[in-house]
This record gives sequence, structure tokens and C-alpha cells, in this order.
Amino acid sequence: MQLSRRQFFKVAAGGLTGSSLAAMGFSPTAALAEVRTFKLARTTETRNTCPYCSVGCGIILYSLGDRAKNAHAEIIHIEGDPDHPVNRGSLCPKGAGLLDFVHSKNRLKYPEIREPGSKEWKRISWDEAYSRIAKLMKEDRDANFIARNADGVTVNRWLTTGFLAASASSNEAGYITHKVVRTLGMLAFDNQARV
Amino acid sequence: MALQSLDIAKRSATTTEPPQARQTLEVAKLIDVSKCIGCKACQVACIQWNDLKEEVGNCGGTYDNPTDMTANSWTVMRYAEVESEERGLEWLIRKDGCMHCEDPGCLKACPSPGAIIKYANGIVDFHQENCIGCGYCVTGCPFNVPRISKKDSKAYKCTLCSDRVAVGLEPACVKVCPTGSITFGSKEDMQALADERITELKERGFKNAGLYDPAGVGGTHVMYVLNHADKPSLYSGLPADPTIAPTVSLWKGFTKPLAMAGIAAAALGGLFHYVMKGPNEVSKEIEAEVEKELEAEK
Repeated sequence: MQLSRRQFFKVAAGGLTGSSLAAMGFSPTAALAEVRTFKLARTTETRNTCPYCSVGCGIILYSLGDRAKNAHAEIIHIEGDPDHPVNRGSLCPKGAGLLDFVHSKNRLKYPEIREPGSKEWKRISWDEAYSRIAKLMKEDRDANFIARNADGVTVNRWLTTGFLAASASSNEAGYITHKVVRTLGMLAFDNQARV
Repeated sequence: MALQSLDIAKRSATTTEPPQARQTLEVAKLIDVSKCIGCKACQVACIQWNDLKEEVGNCGGTYDNPTDMTANSWTVMRYAEVESEERGLEWLIRKDGCMHCEDPGCLKACPSPGAIIKYANGIVDFHQENCIGCGYCVTGCPFNVPRISKKDSKAYKCTLCSDRVAVGLEPACVKVCPTGSITFGSKEDMQALADERITELKERGFKNAGLYDPAGVGGTHVMYVLNHADKPSLYSGLPADPTIAPTVSLWKGFTKPLAMAGIAAAALGGLFHYVMKGPNEVSKEIEAEVEKELEAEK
């Protein structure tokens, strides 16, 4: 191949342009990649118990922020607690979806009352709720408590009121609930453990 | 985390691959189909961890809910009712999702640099910021796993919780599984665990129990213990011998390099022609002659 001086310069200029383009960032991209950042890196972990059934799985609530004064906490993730002897980190589909339960629009956050004959639910305070329950329980118990049966045997029964307790109770809470309810003489007593 | 970038084994549409300076543990997820009760806790945990939201769907006549994987449901339990003379009616439940192939067909088919990454630990991850939404990964996948989102037209699938694994945690589905049907660890350990379980299953009369770690895709980082490993298709159509589609292999393995060589040759030829022959110019004499002829015709 015969090259004139001019042709040689042209080839050299072409080569220079090509290598300059590569140097300026038009070269094949380097094989780099990052994994998604770990979303729980600086969240606050709070231990709790799953509210659904009586298995009582341990859960960890991960909330936004480091508990600084001006940072408003918000639960962003919920997972099983690996240190909890009941579930050791695992959960059922309901427990695994607890975050949606926490943030549900339909979630009951305060006591409400629907008076007899009324269609409307009315928000009341916890104090009002407790007083009302206590008052009605006392009224009913005073009216219907059976201290002795027809044979004169002491029975101490209160058959007109029942008690439905929560399922996510520890042994201790369950023991106390049981004591309170039985002390009142109530027989109809259950919890919502049937999921 | 910054050095994570060096722990990648393959990157889509990239010829400059990293030198693998460090050694990373190869991980695997083992799904023991025989222990699964089909509770779908893994599905919920996946949706929760990855901040996804699935639409309320319709019942397709089975417990499959949603009826197929979507851009928001990266794993779906598939329920197959199988009748055989030997065992009567069996309910075979399989957690479907990305298998994290050693030789990923999606990555091979992907034309967008860096949209699909295979980490040195075996995880195949989609990077949506580089995804162009062409859907080639869907054709490239032997297990029909990737799904294109209708919202942003990008491909999504199970990441094997690469963000959790990167900080030393197990994937969300593994942690949540209440029967211990899903386990996670080094691939070696998972194979050993599978062997133990297969021996157990064989003792219990499942004589064809075995491990599903298909060699056609170089093995997978999500493996199944199947109680009927001789017939994987019983488990809602799990392919017996999955391979990357010949069209993908042919196009990416043979045609593409050939076409690239062709383009390079044409460009180089053009340059040399320009240098040696110069531009194809019409001499002034010929131009004048033609103009004279044109005038004469008028």
C-alpha cells in the first residue's frame, strides 16, 4: 500500500479522533453496579406482639427516624422477631402484612359507641368508654347475679354478660384477665383466638 | 457497600467484565416443596419488603392469587392438583419466581448495558434505571419470569432481596416462612441440606424425590426439593430441562458478533476508501460538458 504524506496525516488524524472519543467517555461502559440501599439501615426497632391470633408471634416494628426530637416516627416495615421463641422470625401471611393493618384507613383508633336504636357511630373518650362499660356491667350484675341456686348452694354466677378477650396476650395478661372475669362470676368467657 | 461494584460477575450488553479480584460466597435459596403448606406468607413478605402493591384480582378457579406473576407480584404460589394411580390425589404447591440461573437467559438477551446484573454471589438483579423496557428478558427467560410494568414499562422480577443479602440478611420470603420450607445459605450447604431431605423423602416412599438444579442453565441459585423430581412438569409446568431459547443464543452468541464485525469492517473500509481515493468529486470539465448538453437539449 502506497501512502502519500497527505494520506498518512489523514489516517493519523482519524486514529486520534477515535481514541479521543473513547477517552472522552464514548468508550464501552465499565461493568459497575450497586445494590439497592438497605431500607432499614437507620430505622428504630421496637419489639411487639402480633395482634391477630393466640399464637402470639413476636414482631419487630421498624420506624422511620432515629427518635430525634424533631423527627416524627412512622412505622415503615414489620418483620418477625428472630429472638422470639414462638416464631423465631417467621410469620403467617396475615402477620407478614401487618404494615397494611397499621396504616389501614378502616383501622379503629379510638372508642366509638352506637347507642341502642341509632345508626351512627359516635366517638367517645377512653374515660367515657371505661365508665360506661363499668356502669353497665355493675347494673347488669346487680340485677342478675345469682349467689345461690334453688337448693341453696353457693354458686356466685353471673350469666347475663359475657367477656371476649384479646388473643395477643402474654401468659401473665391472660392470667389476670381470667382472674378478673371469673372473680365477677362471669361464665361466658372466650377470646378471639379462632382465626 | 462501595466495593459491591466489584462483586459483579456479568453485566448485560457489556463486554468489559470485572476481573473478580475478590472471592464471594455463592448463595442459594432452597425451596422444599414437600414442606410447603401454601400459606402465601412468602408472597406477602415479598410485597412488603419491596414496597409493592398488588391490585385486588379475580379468582381463576384455583388458589393461585394473583393468577400469574405480575410486575408487583414477583413470586406466586402455584397449586396443582395431580392424580396418579399410585398416590391418588396430590396437591403439589410450588412457589414460582426467579430461579437466579448461573447462566441467565434474561441477561444474555438484554441489549441495555447494566440493566441486568449478575453478582458474584449468584444473584441476578434487574436495575430499572438502565432498563429500556424492550422485553427481551421475557423472551430470554426459560422460566417465563420477568414482567413488564404497565406504569413505567420496565422489567421487574425477584431480586433474591439483593439489598438484604448484601448486608448479611436472608431474603424476606425465607425469613417469614412458617414451616421452614424455604431456607437460605451457601449453595453448597443448601445442596447438602437438600440431600438430607431427599433421603428422608425416599424413606417415606417418595422414591423419585430429588433436587431441581437444572444443568441446562448452568444450575440455579433457587433450587427445589421435589417429591417427584422425575416429573417436574407436574408442579404447574416446571420445565424438565430448561435452556436458553436457541433464537437468543443464535442472535447474541453468533449473529450479533458477526453483525458487529460487519459494521466495524464497513466503517473501517469507508475510512480507508476516503483516505486512499478521497471524495468522489465530479471534475469541472465533465460538469461543463454536461451543462452544455443540457442547454443543447433545451
